[in-house]
Amino acid sequence: MTRHRGAVFAAGLAFTALVAAFLVIPVILSVLAGITANYQRGIIASGVTLLWVERVLQLYAHTIGLSLGIALAALLCTLVLGVPVAYALARHSGRLARLAEEALVMPVAIPGIATGLALILAWGAVGEFRTHWSFILVGHVLFTLPFMVRSTLAVMLAVNLPTLEEAARSLGAGFFARFRTVVLPNAAPGILAGSLMVVTLSLGEFNMTLLLHTPFTMTLPVGLADSYASMRLEIGSAYTLIFLILLVPLLVALQWASDRAFGLEVRR
Amino acid sequence: MGQDRLALAVLVAPAIAFLAAFFLFPLVLMLRTGATGPQGWSTYAIILSNERYLGSLWKTVVLAASVTAATLVISGIAGVFLARTRFRGRRLLTAFLTLPLAFPGVVVGFMVILLAGRQGVIGELTHAVTGDRLVFAYSLAGLFVGYLYFSIPRTVLTVMAAAEKLDPALEEAARSLGASPWVVVRDVIIPGLKGAFLAAGAICFATAMGAFGTAFTLATQIDVLPMVIYAEFTVGANIAVAAALSFLLGAITWAVLAAARTAAGGTVAAAG
Repeated sequence: MTRHRGAVFAAGLAFTALVAAFLVIPVILSVLAGITANYQRGIIASGVTLLWVERVLQLYAHTIGLSLGIALAALLCTLVLGVPVAYALARHSGRLARLAEEALVMPVAIPGIATGLALILAWGAVGEFRTHWSFILVGHVLFTLPFMVRSTLAVMLAVNLPTLEEAARSLGAGFFARFRTVVLPNAAPGILAGSLMVVTLSLGEFNMTLLLHTPFTMTLPVGLADSYASMRLEIGSAYTLIFLILLVPLLVALQWASDRAFGLEVRR
Repeated sequence: MGQDRLALAVLVAPAIAFLAAFFLFPLVLMLRTGATGPQGWSTYAIILSNERYLGSLWKTVVLAASVTAATLVISGIAGVFLARTRFRGRRLLTAFLTLPLAFPGVVVGFMVILLAGRQGVIGELTHAVTGDRLVFAYSLAGLFVGYLYFSIPRTVLTVMAAAEKLDPALEEAARSLGASPWVVVRDVIIPGLKGAFLAAGAICFATAMGAFGTAFTLATQIDVLPMVIYAEFTVGANIAVAAALSFLLGAITWAVLAAARTAAGGTVAAAG
């Protein structure tokens, strides 16, 4: 069937290639602009330079450190909060469990700017919290926690965890022994995929962070927006290049981990 | 068993406490803050009859709906094509289509500027051909292109995953009964992918309603709802209206996702 290649195949290929070009060409332009001495004159006329990358590191290195720190802290928080919840949801499917799941997923369904505003209204006036990076962390944990829970829960259900645990229980293993020796190892692929998702999403979060940040707590995406608005195109591009160098390996790893955990399906 | 129950409660408690303190309580407070303006609770009614806010809400809904429709058509064609054919370079093409999967809105905005901005490649091309520079990044059209850029990768993935599960024998049967390619698409493929389209469409719509980074990068004059909220909060210091609008925006996106989930019976969640 797939050997039969006529006009339909050619049209499909042309269309898909066109869509791919739409998505990839700006990325290539951005990478090139980041290492071009003068974008207006072109890379061939003006030459290749790392000057803009250096400028970005001088101006914005702190945003990169802060974003990586927040992403790792968010990962830690979602592991501690999310994996136990996934386990509880895998064991129980009653009304209360569904309600808890519904509540947990809500922060993803509500636009970041609304959640950010609500956080400021509720907690913005409490001591030094507003100007501390942990204020942003709270928002990122809210937003990424559902992804950790879902990814872990999906794998726990797929490996039929309750049955495995029942076997361990019949052999006399206590609750925490089972959690450590049966639950965690079996859920590991889901936890890994969830972890990569959390770090990727936290690194790129902007909608909420723009409201939550202060001049002392500027994250990488907020810095990007700042450079797009106030710096020349080459600096914005070089900054984007640095961001992509951080993001793309994470995306590749995420794809690999998701394929491993859920087969072909990538649930987002 | 009793001990297990206690242990489960202990496991869930921290997450629920976190959610209650930093999400549910703030949301309730925001709903109430919406009523702290000079008009009290009628702020909510006033927003829905105010021309500027209503116009912005309308514009946002129309933009999100048209982005969703265009994304579904484009990703539907590309996704089914990639799932149904095998050729050299297919993996590479798939990788290209999913490359921008987790790009934040701000970066997507910058991509639109590189395509259709003042120094953009479309401007260069049209300048070379016609002598006029076509620049549309800093308008609603630019925002439309940005949201497409943002939505296509994740929708293609959903369509591909669903199309891989479709039984090719059904298409074969329809063809052998004399159905034209178009009839196969209309009567076999589209109904088979309905669930995926519904789920992906809902995510696409909800994301486009709340996406903020792209508009923020492109232009502050684009008055989609998130931009209006931002302006009311930061420039206007009109906290009651900002809170009421945020609550409204949150309620709409949440309702759309909940409705789609009920209809699709699967898992639907937005990102970004």
